[in-house]
Formats: sequence, structure tokens, C-alpha cells
Amino acid sequence: MTVRVVRSTVIDAPVDEVWRLLRAFNSHADWHPAIARSGIEGEDPGDLVGAVRAFTLRDGGFLREQLIALSDKERSLIYCLLEAPVRLDGYVATISLLPVTDGDRTFLRWACSFNPPRGQESALALLVGETIYGTGLLALRSRFGQGIRQSEPRPGQPALAVAPDRPPPARHAGSRGRVRCEAIVVEAYGGPDVLVPRIIEVPAPGGGEVRLRHEAIGVNYIDVHCRDGSFDLMPLPGIPGMEAAGVVADLGPGVEHLAIGDRVVYASATTGAYSGFRTMAAASVVRLPRDILERTAAGIFLKGIMADILARDVHRARAGEVALVRAAAGGVGLLLSAMLRSLGATVIGVVSRQEKAAAARKAGCDHVVVGTETELTRAVESLTGGRGVDVVFDGLGRDTFVQSLDLLALRGHLVSFGQTTGPVGELNVDRLAAKSVRLSRPNISHYLGDTEEIEARASRLFAQLRAGTLAASIGAALPLRDAREAHRALEARRNVGALILIPEH
Amino acid sequence: MANVYVSSIIDAPAARVWAVVRDFNGLPAWTPFVAESRIEQNDRPDRVGAIRNFHLKDGGRIRERLLALSDYDLSMTYSILESPMGVENYTATLKLMPVTEGDRTFAEWSAEFDCPPEREAELVSHVGRNFFQAAFRSLQGRFGPIA
Repeated sequence: MTVRVVRSTVIDAPVDEVWRLLRAFNSHADWHPAIARSGIEGEDPGDLVGAVRAFTLRDGGFLREQLIALSDKERSLIYCLLEAPVRLDGYVATISLLPVTDGDRTFLRWACSFNPPRGQESALALLVGETIYGTGLLALRSRFGQGIRQSEPRPGQPALAVAPDRPPPARHAGSRGRVRCEAIVVEAYGGPDVLVPRIIEVPAPGGGEVRLRHEAIGVNYIDVHCRDGSFDLMPLPGIPGMEAAGVVADLGPGVEHLAIGDRVVYASATTGAYSGFRTMAAASVVRLPRDILERTAAGIFLKGIMADILARDVHRARAGEVALVRAAAGGVGLLLSAMLRSLGATVIGVVSRQEKAAAARKAGCDHVVVGTETELTRAVESLTGGRGVDVVFDGLGRDTFVQSLDLLALRGHLVSFGQTTGPVGELNVDRLAAKSVRLSRPNISHYLGDTEEIEARASRLFAQLRAGTLAASIGAALPLRDAREAHRALEARRNVGALILIPEH
Repeated sequence: MANVYVSSIIDAPAARVWAVVRDFNGLPAWTPFVAESRIEQNDRPDRVGAIRNFHLKDGGRIRERLLALSDYDLSMTYSILESPMGVENYTATLKLMPVTEGDRTFAEWSAEFDCPPEREAELVSHVGRNFFQAAFRSLQGRFGPIA
């Protein structure tokens, strides 16, 4: 069966500017974050129809692609795959640009078709659509787009040993086994600008520890709380970040379940992920299956584990119940909605803006509500016949806590699992008696458990990814040094889907 | 031959935008410049060959024939049979494409026609700005502003 994949986006730059970059067949090495190096075979120029580019991905994969059509009139190019590590048989792709005259922007469409082996259709469509096209489009948008290049330090910031916007590649220092790499260091709690790129030294692993080379780092709202000091999780100076995926670089004594070279992922209860390398307790690190990419894993692991804990342990979702998920288009919200639905619940998703509704619906929300609390109350009344919902998952905290209580049915359950709008503060417990409401305020790290429990949750998560009941929606991949941009996007609620950071090695 | 090309982004899924614009008799419902419209001969608005006959709010009358309609490509092409603009061989295509990131719509509207050379610039600007761009603006308002 032929699979077709299409991804498209709008880039905030004039079409000719975008085309100048894209028409050079070898320019993908400059803009696609997955590509480690690339060259045109022979002495061929990049606009020779028939030219072949040979390139290596950051994960080691080797590919060859041939340019089979190039049109400066249509601003489009067509290429096919000659050689690849995965079975994308008959793969032909087209990149085309169209001007958006309204605002002098560019509409970019990337489409392909191929004939995968039976049973691999959805996995390969996901690989191409999300990991290759999705990541590429986001990198292009960042390159031309707003803000991403404003990462130079402001005047008055402390001088750094190394220019912060482009640290040199990491090298193994050899002596004492320390590894130098880039990291984001916070020296004083504050806004996104306290996320300063630095060069750090990562020690060799001790007993029960592992040293990882990070390939992709997940960004979570808890990182914002660590950065601004509202959570007492990261002492100063500190490196934020609770999750990442990568490769085992070194092992300390006593680590049984991992080997050097293993591809791995983790969600940890301690900070330190915004770094090229990290030495940490091996217990929370689990191996990554072959078919799950580092970027996918980093984008969904902590959120997926959280969603699994929320839907199965903090609340035991049952078939037939009605669940309401706030911020349903956020990283946790999308995964939680999908899990609740696959457990048989009817899911009402609440989103802040109309353009997020489609993502929430696609993830598995049976109903999506956009709008004010009054509208939400009305919608819940009509959807439940005035009964209220059985459970509310509220990661927003202060601004919505009371309203969330009000939306519950008798003997309903409020799961308050975050505080992106601020802490809930003091609560009159007697209030819960009005509806015999149960209240949970989980700290996810208390539910993580040992390696075996994490592995069980991880394999459940990966199985759902493969089955397609969960989608890995990577909203944006930015260079690690641009962590502050990622935080800005997160705090402005601009993102749909997960944000990840890519360290430079 | 003069060419007009206008494109924009509408903050709604392509299927929803298409449901509004595919109606060949629907201009009064979604453009700011058409007062009333009918399909001649009691024809159906989605029959290729149908003729729409409409009045602009400024009073002008235009007759256009549907030349192509594609629910597959989300596009329609039509030609002008009669208009006060003084153009010949006028054909135009309105086409939508999904923007998968954000589930929005890329909309493009293009036209080509013959006219006296001294009027070309004025007509290109008139059609592009007062018709195509104005209609896209009004569609954007209908589906909410772009964030």
C-alpha cells in the first residue's frame, strides 16, 4: 500500500529568501537538525538535476538522495531516495513554496509517497511526518522566524569563558575522566534570561551511576518553576531539566541493566537535563526500543509517564466515566486525553485558544471546549445532563482550582497536578463535603518507583505509540543554547505539543 | 495577459473553509462586496457549467461560469462572461491547501485576463485588493484572527 505524507507550515520570511536556501540541494545539512554531515557526490553543483547528496544523520544512519526535478518558476524540488537505513521503498518527495502575499510570508509544503513493508505503514509515516518533516519545518521556521536568533547575551551579563551562542564541540578531556560540554546554567532565579549557556565539566560516573550523552532534552513546565525559584527543586547554581534521551557513554560500578552504547531515556526527580552530558543515578534510566527515536522519547517521556501515573494510579480511570482535562492541547494534556480515552473514559478537553482545539480533538478528546469558565460550566452541564464530571485533571492551579471543584459530580475526584498559573494556596477542606469530593495533589516523583516500575510504564507508553493510540507531537525542536526561547514559548502558551532542546556535540 | 495573485492564511481547518467557499452561489455570505447572487436557469451551484449572476454592493452586475470544481484539490475555477470591468478572457482560480502545523488553511486566489495595457496596473490592483484580499480578510474575521 502506498503511504502519502504531507506536512506544511507558514514561514515568516519572503518566499524568495526561503527559496534561496532550499533550492541548494545540499543545504539541508545547514537547516535540518537531524543531519550530521552531507555532501554532493562528485563535483556536481547543488542545482544539477540528477545530483546525488550523501549524508549521515546524527544517529549514525546513512542516506543517499537524488535530485530529480528543480523549478525556479514553481519554487519546487523533487528528490528520491537511493539508499536508507529504513524501508522507505519507492520514496519520492516534493518540497514546494508558495508566497503568502498577505504579510509577505511563505507557505511551505513537504510531501512524499512510498511503499513500506506491510505492518510498518504507521510507524514509517510517523517517522517521516514527525521526525523528518515536522522537525525540519520547525527548524526552518525558527531559522527565519521570530526570536530564535535573539539568544546572544545582553550587555551587562557576566562574561563567559566561552561565547555562549556557539560553544565548541564537546571533547572527552581524558584526565580524571571529565567531559566538557555545553549546558544551561541558572545562577539566580528569574525570567527566561537567567538560562545562560555555559561550558561545564561532567564527572565520570560513580557507583550506581551512568554518564549519558544527551541527544534530545524534553522541556516541561516544571522547568519554569525550577528556573524562577517557585519550586524548591534546583539549588543554585543549577542546571534545569527533568528528562532527556541519549546514549550511555560510561557506566559506574554496580549498574546491571544498562550497557555502554545503549540508547536510553529517563525522567528523573532531580534537575540537570539541560546539558550535553549528564552523570546521574542509573536507576531511573531505561533503554529505548529500536523503533523509538530519541527526539520522540525526549518529547513525551516525562509527560507520558506523568499521564500514565495520573490516569492509572492517582486516578484509576474506568470505562464509561466522564473526565475533564484542562490544558488538553499541552504536552501532558494531549497524552493524558489519549490515555483516558483508551481506558474507556469520555474525555472533555479544555483549551485556551481556538487553534489548539484541533490538536486536542485529534489526541482523543470527545469534546473540546474553548472559552470562558462560564461557557465551560454551561458545556459541562449540557454534556453531562447537569450531573458534572467524574474527574477533573487540573495542572493549572490557582486560577482554575475552585471552578474545577464546581465542575465535579457528587463523589467526583479533583486531581490537581500542577500550578502553571500559581499555587492553589490555602483551602477550606470542609468545602469538599458539599459534593463528597476527593482531592489528589500528587508529586509525580513519589509515584516513579524503581527501575522495574519505570520500565513497565515506559513499555506501556511505547506500545501505545506504536499502536497509534498516542501520537508523539513534537511542537518545536530548538538548539539547547536557545533554552530561553523554549521557556518563553511555554510561558506564552504559544506551543502545541512538546518542546525539545537539541545539544550540539 | 495580466496576472493577479493573492494568498493568505485562514485560521481554521481547510475543510471548514472549503465548506464556506465551495458554494458557487455563496459570495454574499462570505465576501464583503456582493449584495445578492443567483444561479441562472435554476441550475445547481456545484454543476460545472453553472452560471452565477450577482450584484456588487456598488451596483455592478457580474456573470461568471463555473469551469472546474474539485472537492479533491479544494479548488474552483471560473470565467467572467459579463462585467463592468472591461476585461476579456478572464479566468480565476480559488484554491485552498491545509497548513498541517496548526491545522490552518493556505488560501490562494489567482486570475488572468486581457485588457488595454494602460489599464492593466489599475485592474490588477483593483481585483487583487478590493476583491480577493478583501474576501480573505472577511474570511479571517469569520474564523477568528490569526494568533
